[in-house]
Amino acid sequence: MKKLLAVAAMVALLAGCASTPKVESKAAVEDRTPTTEVPTQPGVSTVTPVAPKADQLPSALKDPNNILSKRSLYYDYDKYDVKEEYKPLLQAHARYLAQNRNAKMLIQGNCDERGSREYNIALGQKRADGVKKMLLLMGAQESQVESVSLGEEKPRCTESTEVCYSQNRRSDMLYGGEY
Amino acid sequence: MGFVLRSIFLLLTLACTGAQAQLSIEITGGGANQIPIGVLRFAGEAALPQSISDIVEADLQRSGRFRMLFSGNVEPLPADVAQVNFGDWKNRNADALVIGSVVRLADGRFEARFRLLDVPKQTQIGGVAFTLSAQQARATAHRIADVVYEKLTGDRGVFSTRIAYVVKQGSRYELQIADADGVGAQTALASREPIMSPAWSPDGTRLAYVSFENKKPVVYVHSLVSGQRQVVANFKGSNSAPAWSTDGKQLAVVLSKDGGSQIYLIGADGSNPRRITNSGSIDTEPFFAPDGQSIYFTSDRGGSPQIYRMSASGGDPARVTFDGSYNVSPRVSSDGKTLIYIARDGGRFQLKSFDLASKQGQVLTDGQRDESPAFAPNGKMILYATQIGNRGSLAAVSSDGRVKQRLSVQAADVREPAWGPFFNN
Repeated sequence: MKKLLAVAAMVALLAGCASTPKVESKAAVEDRTPTTEVPTQPGVSTVTPVAPKADQLPSALKDPNNILSKRSLYYDYDKYDVKEEYKPLLQAHARYLAQNRNAKMLIQGNCDERGSREYNIALGQKRADGVKKMLLLMGAQESQVESVSLGEEKPRCTESTEVCYSQNRRSDMLYGGEY
Repeated sequence: MGFVLRSIFLLLTLACTGAQAQLSIEITGGGANQIPIGVLRFAGEAALPQSISDIVEADLQRSGRFRMLFSGNVEPLPADVAQVNFGDWKNRNADALVIGSVVRLADGRFEARFRLLDVPKQTQIGGVAFTLSAQQARATAHRIADVVYEKLTGDRGVFSTRIAYVVKQGSRYELQIADADGVGAQTALASREPIMSPAWSPDGTRLAYVSFENKKPVVYVHSLVSGQRQVVANFKGSNSAPAWSTDGKQLAVVLSKDGGSQIYLIGADGSNPRRITNSGSIDTEPFFAPDGQSIYFTSDRGGSPQIYRMSASGGDPARVTFDGSYNVSPRVSSDGKTLIYIARDGGRFQLKSFDLASKQGQVLTDGQRDESPAFAPNGKMILYATQIGNRGSLAAVSSDGRVKQRLSVQAADVREPAWGPFFNN
């Protein structure tokens, strides 16, 4: 109710300002333009989101000698299917997911910087979806795996060269605790 | 003087976010048939923190539709039509003249009065008086420029509108809101993860955007004044490309929750998502036509990304673009007549306009990597993202391609521009 009253008071105030005729003090000024209040764009408040906390990961996923520590697949230009060379890697991750039904995975598809940012979200999604599909075929469960796209927003390499582009056409696999 | 090659670097004194994040604007081309106009200093304006006449002059100049006549030597300043030396301005081929005055009121506020004069006819064709606080000098100047622009061109001015864009500095991303001249930037969202696709609600109070703060794209609606935001789409998979319906009640968004990237309608509060495209292809970048009846979007259903149009409730789409193998990011002017989009030609990405009635196309820009176009609410300028010296920058071009501007921020990447609606009050 208090709020309503305050709003009503503000409206009345504004209406009052707008309709109060301006009294001309100088008779010499023949201009009869009414005076209006200058409206001002309202201010903007700043929001800073808090990053989610990462948990501890099982050591098998971090051991550099374990294939499970390898998490990235790369693609040729304008290609979205998983290359033959990455099948053993996906098999290892699918086996891990099958043996650890509580484990969760986020697959992030990425593109090089060329073209529309929003269209590139859709292209990165195609890459991540391809990885997810293969992991499911190899034994992971739908509830364990989510495929998303970062489009061209998180390049690993930022120069406009083919060497860089090829590092950015990529899917990354993250386990629960890493995202 | 057909092509104005003057550079204006605005002194950005109203900084809210630090000097490094300010946009500076450089004009790189001029329009045809510019209206010669003089803007005199306003008598008494020195009492305000900013010169109203300087800001009016910069606004009109930036639009590319006026040729500014030097007016610094007029003494004494005319406060009245009767005091104007029309003969002198006629000799200088002026079509119009702006005169004005500022007086301090008893309550500490100010009254700014301006008159727009027709020089050949020696008559007043417009004038408004404003009461303002000292902090409203810039807002008042933009209002005056809007009136002058509309009286002389017949089109509504956009000097009182705001723009949104994303600044990336190191690993920090900020969604910023600034006046249309790039001044007074304020940060709505600061994040360590990317922000993209800002879209203004039709009433200008909210922004929809995509934020990656949860390691995946999620669509938010953010109320600018309160800073309150709401998750609108956070489904399994990616949530992207929000576009407001013309009534501001719902959004078209792109979701991958049911496989692939498909377009859905969803309430602006996240309620009642329903799918409106059904292809095994990519459907993205929805944009509501200004009449609210149809949605333009990008799809690769024909083998390459092209622009399509469908009913706003879904249904069979019709293909709109046919030339070339990559046409994306459709936007339509507020009068519904012109489609703009990004076309790839060779390895270059450029802004193209397309007259929907005559089907005539025109290339508007000559960059290598132009993207994310946004119409000004009056349809006369287009803001877009470009690349200058390996750094993201904003640029603007008039809808006829003649007037060009660059907006840059020192030592930062600027991208993803969105032009807010007319500011009514």
